[in-house]
Amino acid sequence: MKARVTVTLKTGVLDPQGKAIEGALKSLGIDGIASVRQGKVFDIEIEGTDRAAVEAALRQASDKLLANTVIENYRVEVLG
Amino acid sequence: MKAAILLFPGLNRERDMARALRLVSGNDATIVWHAETALPAGTDLVVVPGGFSYGDYLRCGAIAARAPVMEAVRSHAAKGGLVLGVCNGFQILCEAGLLPGVLMRNQNRRFICRDVYLRVERADTPFTQGYRRRQTIRVPVAHGEGNYIADGETVARLEGEGRVLFRYCDPDGLIDPNWNHNGAMNAIAGILNESGNVLGMMPHPENHVEEIMGCTDGRGLFEGLADHLKRAA
Repeated sequence: MKARVTVTLKTGVLDPQGKAIEGALKSLGIDGIASVRQGKVFDIEIEGTDRAAVEAALRQASDKLLANTVIENYRVEVLG
Repeated sequence: MKAAILLFPGLNRERDMARALRLVSGNDATIVWHAETALPAGTDLVVVPGGFSYGDYLRCGAIAARAPVMEAVRSHAAKGGLVLGVCNGFQILCEAGLLPGVLMRNQNRRFICRDVYLRVERADTPFTQGYRRRQTIRVPVAHGEGNYIADGETVARLEGEGRVLFRYCDPDGLIDPNWNHNGAMNAIAGILNESGNVLGMMPHPENHVEEIMGCTDGRGLFEGLADHLKRAA
């Protein structure tokens, strides 16, 4: 199955990289940029046909390695 | 002193650390590869040195923190064994859950490579007994992610329990935002775990241990450790 894990910084955690990107977008003259937060996307292929089991495995992967839950949130999407 | 220095691909400060330890103890440390599942028998100090383990992929220290040898470090620490993490080593110990919090990108978004001043907050620990309380020392930093962050409750506990051992300060030992180079909460440069046997710090004391380095302010940390372990033996 194909799945996607998206890791984002928790609200309130300073994101200097996002700030730099925000500044660059503004300097490019792109209208309406209010703020940018940078995150990570993991596209994962995983064996199995049971969506719930795959999702559980990816939650474990996220808790153990993909995200640092002190500062990051994650979202698991099983794409099928 | 029977020190083990961990080595992960991408670390580059293990030799400086070995040199500092030999200088104060006369003993050679053992370099322990990350794939090992045990520490050398009789290890009384584990050091996680600096560098860029796994190229800082994913997050600084994240991959190294899950290496096989870290289980051995965890049980060493659980038995009260001393663990010192410097720079990337500090990041690895945080990622491994041996220390609370996380080291984020420096507030000014720059890699900072310079000498900094640290205030030694306590001198009654194995790591700082070579110093005086409130002594100011000068040691180098070299990091892009040294901005210490933890939730409010964790920081309050660290402060309340006296677990902040080193703080960035000005040359006179005063805490000043202008001298808190990476923007760390409460100017935190080094912290202890709950039971007081694991220290993580961003600055490099091993860089200031011999006259030829232009400063020997880092030596106190290693002398203190060597003295503590000699008494304990």
